[in-house]
Amino acid sequence: MSLTPQDIDRIANLARLELKPDESERMLAQINGFFGIVEAMQAVDTTGIEPMAHPVAAIQDVQLRLREDVVSEPNNREANQQSAPAVERGLFLVPKVIE
Amino acid sequence: MTTVLHDMTVAELAAGLKAKTFSATEVAQHFVARAQADATGSFLALNPEATLAQAQAADARLNAGTAGALEGVPLGHKDIFVTKDFPTTAGSKMLAGYRSPFDATLVRRLADAGMVTVGKLSCDEFAMGSGNENCAYGPVKNPWDATRVPGGSSGGSAAAIAARLVPAATGTDTGGSIRQPASFCGITGIKPTYGRASRFGMIAYASSLDQGGPMARTAEDCALLLSAMCGPDADRDSTSLDVPAEDFTASLGADLKGLRIGIPQEFFGEGLAADVRAAVDAALAELTKQGATLVPISLPRTELSIPVYYIIAPAEASSNLSRFDGVKFGHRAKDYTDLESMYKRSRAEGFGSEVKRRIMTGTYVLSHGYYDAYYLQAQKIRRMIADDFQQAFKQCDVIAGPVAPKVAWKLGENANDPVADYLADIFTLPASLAGLPGMSVPAGFGAHGMPVGLQLIGNYFKEAQLLNVAHRLQQATDFHLQKPAGV
Repeated sequence: MSLTPQDIDRIANLARLELKPDESERMLAQINGFFGIVEAMQAVDTTGIEPMAHPVAAIQDVQLRLREDVVSEPNNREANQQSAPAVERGLFLVPKVIE
Repeated sequence: MTTVLHDMTVAELAAGLKAKTFSATEVAQHFVARAQADATGSFLALNPEATLAQAQAADARLNAGTAGALEGVPLGHKDIFVTKDFPTTAGSKMLAGYRSPFDATLVRRLADAGMVTVGKLSCDEFAMGSGNENCAYGPVKNPWDATRVPGGSSGGSAAAIAARLVPAATGTDTGGSIRQPASFCGITGIKPTYGRASRFGMIAYASSLDQGGPMARTAEDCALLLSAMCGPDADRDSTSLDVPAEDFTASLGADLKGLRIGIPQEFFGEGLAADVRAAVDAALAELTKQGATLVPISLPRTELSIPVYYIIAPAEASSNLSRFDGVKFGHRAKDYTDLESMYKRSRAEGFGSEVKRRIMTGTYVLSHGYYDAYYLQAQKIRRMIADDFQQAFKQCDVIAGPVAPKVAWKLGENANDPVADYLADIFTLPASLAGLPGMSVPAGFGAHGMPVGLQLIGNYFKEAQLLNVAHRLQQATDFHLQKPAGV
């Protein structure tokens, strides 16, 4: 299978990436080049195999834990916002979204 | 003083500091001066004031008798670990000027052990790469040959250690990013079992694979650092395992008699360069001389680990990197028309081309209609690969082979062919997918006098055993003591 320029546009939109035309073209060729090596995966019979998300699950049950729902952090607003592109009165600023 | 400070190992520096042969401040000044004169491009950030303040605090603890195990010993952190005292960029324009309000758990733990941070070390952007050429702030030169890559993604860490700019550093390994640069730069590095060292504050690339670990010149030094790094981080990292910290130096020096070393036939096929093979074979011969036996084994899905990894890792990356939207931190484009165009332009300007490629691939394999065929299929084969290792470990105690098919390549050689970089990861990806501990230990030199590493892979939680095998090899060889010309 091969991706088309339309696929690249669709994926770039889903990924919220603005690609220049020459960038899209290069991306199409490179991703298709990569999918050349992915084909080998399709031939593998994986009937009855459970997908593995946590690698150590190969030998033991791994359960993602939940911590107690308690306040663990002090208010650190200034430090947390020091690298924000736009802040006013302690709030993150974004372009207007409601007319 | 018989040895100059920068030729000392972590163990020697720690001993000298405890014996007050030199002070932490003197040591810090020495390494900061070396880092400032660095010609490899290993460092992305220095902050001499912060380094010296840390060193003075270490001296105070040394004088008060409250010193930690590694008190006053300097190190560098891969720039993927967030740090309060230094900027953190992850090698990306996206995070230019970013200052973290907190330290990563591993940064904090090594500081708690007394270590002093010299600076932040270059890496491929968001740890995506095998040559450190994807760093937005320029490539790093291999200290053994300035026209060659140091390996990646922890390329700055490996180069800085080889160039004696720091005695040790942190690295992260998602598909080989500790082992491969360690091999290319002739140093030692270990990736522990997935989940043993906290990922908190390690900027996420592929969460089910990312694992931090130490890099240094000797296995003993790696053991010292790893002992301070491991242990549960229950409230901060949901995938951190409930496995206690361990003293990885405890069994160093143990006899190798009776040790069964598995030799996967798939690691020694056509793709392996003859010079790399010769160095690896010689290292294996040394281990057999010490009483180990070589057992032929098979890891039949070695080749499949390439597509499996390059589906799973980009899928996770596309999700992890969605946080970079120009709102709370990171780059925001100057020109945009609305919120969506702000997202799209900020991300287009902030990310480099390899990062964009992986985000695109990941978004595609997770998208409606393709998820089962690619992402889920890859996760199933991932389990088969992990099971292959468990089969192999019925016949052997550790697995050994090359780290990479050839020595460090020339800067720019793979520039227009990202898939060439992917294929070069073939021997490190299987252990990454299985979450097994793996390390690289200097095994000799290959073509053009470039270093070659021996890869050792252990079963889950067998880091101490790997470190001992590497240590025994280093007791009998001097590859790890050799220095690049001009260093």
